[in-house]
Amino acid sequence: MKSLNSTMRIAPYVFAAPFIVAFLCFYLYPIIITILMSFQNVVPGQTSFIGLVNYGKIVDSDFLDALRVGFIYTFLTIAILVPVPIIFAVLLNSGARRLNSVHRAMYFLPSLVSVVVAGTIFRLLFASTDKAVVNSLLKLVGIGPVDWLLGGAVPAMFLMVLLATWRWSGVNLIYFLSGLQAIPEELYEAAQMDGANPIQRFFRITLPLLKPTIIFVTTISIFGGFAMFEESYIFWQGLSPNNVGLTMVGLLFKRGFQQGDLGMASTYGLVLMVIVFTLSILQLKLFGFFRKED
Amino acid sequence: MTGGTQARFRSWWLIKYPLLFATALLFLFPIVALVMSCFKTGRDLMRYGITFSTLIPQTFDFKNFTYLAEGSNGIYLDWYKNSLILTTFQTGLSLFFSSLVGYGLGVYKFAGRNFLFVLVLFVLLVPLQILILPLYTMMINLGGMDTYWGVLLPFLVSPFAIFFFRQYAIGIPKDYLDAGRVDGLNEYAIYFKITAPLMAPAFGAMAILMAQQSWNQFLWPLIVMRTTKMLTLPIGLNTLLTPYGNNYNMLISGAAMASVPIITVFFFFQKYFMSGLTTGGIKG
Repeated sequence: MKSLNSTMRIAPYVFAAPFIVAFLCFYLYPIIITILMSFQNVVPGQTSFIGLVNYGKIVDSDFLDALRVGFIYTFLTIAILVPVPIIFAVLLNSGARRLNSVHRAMYFLPSLVSVVVAGTIFRLLFASTDKAVVNSLLKLVGIGPVDWLLGGAVPAMFLMVLLATWRWSGVNLIYFLSGLQAIPEELYEAAQMDGANPIQRFFRITLPLLKPTIIFVTTISIFGGFAMFEESYIFWQGLSPNNVGLTMVGLLFKRGFQQGDLGMASTYGLVLMVIVFTLSILQLKLFGFFRKED
Repeated sequence: MTGGTQARFRSWWLIKYPLLFATALLFLFPIVALVMSCFKTGRDLMRYGITFSTLIPQTFDFKNFTYLAEGSNGIYLDWYKNSLILTTFQTGLSLFFSSLVGYGLGVYKFAGRNFLFVLVLFVLLVPLQILILPLYTMMINLGGMDTYWGVLLPFLVSPFAIFFFRQYAIGIPKDYLDAGRVDGLNEYAIYFKITAPLMAPAFGAMAILMAQQSWNQFLWPLIVMRTTKMLTLPIGLNTLLTPYGNNYNMLISGAAMASVPIITVFFFFQKYFMSGLTTGGIKG
């Protein structure tokens, strides 16, 4: 019996060990190195401490462009990818089961496709010639042809947000569906008895009870929005005209891997982390996540 | 139900399902367009993009597919093999490790449990992209550049999966564990013989998400893999996208074929997917 008790005491740490090791080696250590590098001028072979010099150089025109793209992209993706999937989740949560699961699978399919594949299709559908599918449709209503990739900030942002919408709607839909299924059916029945119409039921029951899921999806969207890189990289390979597709991670990649300035790139990495943390906490506060009575 | 509400119910269906169906078609359209483009020559696609004549191919020529196997010394098959190997190991190992951790955090009370859980949540909010630079220098020092294990090593434990398995494990009745102890099983045997099978729906849901992430992983393999033969599918296909790549014949059919395994995995595990997500889920 004694040996049984001692394994019970040790077992949880054995179970947790993979995370502890991974945390120390691949999260904590890299974060410490990033902080160190942000105070350094990193040149292969001779690294020197330069104090706050990198921090003094944070704000330049590239940084402001990346910040602008990050904020607009994050705002637009949240404005679309939270409300629209909620509506579709509500529609798919009642009615014919079979039909609903087929639709669910169809919406989810795009998220399985890699960003490279998705970006390739979008580049070809939105090609700049007047023969390509999207431009030839626009021609019917007398617009175009639009040079989507190289024609300025608005079409570029449109393309990135559209790609994100296509890829992530299905995922968020699944999150909201699982949130909806946790809401007890009796609540709706009671509300119906009291004469609440579907719109009232949506605003009085569905939305308030979906709050934890909305908080979760908004948090990962803030995160995904500011950490966006791949969509832009597929479209412009890191060199967008007038920085229309430059993101914070894009800037980190440019300074670190293309220009070899690891110190400056680390500084931008920390700036990105501070932005993501601040916005996430602000958003959680706004939703009243920290209030205990919820 | 009265006749009036039933009629209203029916007419609601007539609005709802056509709306849902139209949206679903819009979502599927790019994938259909990709498949149809496989029968077009790369040069036409490069010049005009996907046109309406692409969508209705006049002839079904499969030479783009045979070119995948034969073109550029079969480099596409190398990429395919690399992606399959990396996804298999990453999905399998990260499911195993993450479920152990999530289970441990979910069922045991031990000193440091809350602290570890807060760390998991913290790590969930750290953009992996900012860790790329130090991991890159680390990999150079460890000699992991251009190797499979270099791509795998930093991402063998998934904080999201830990969180998910923890939520799931909390719901497992303690009686099952006690029954196992009475039968003389030790704590590890209880995990393998009793709780892991009980968590099957969670494994199904996470298998899809982990496989999808791993199969489509971009930034880290882009940095670690150096020689053309070692690239994964997304990175390899991306090299074809550059102006110098100039290989649209391989790009389009390659992109279509690259999506087949992950879609297969999805349909294979789909029935676990919803039930797994709902039971574990992101409850408050």
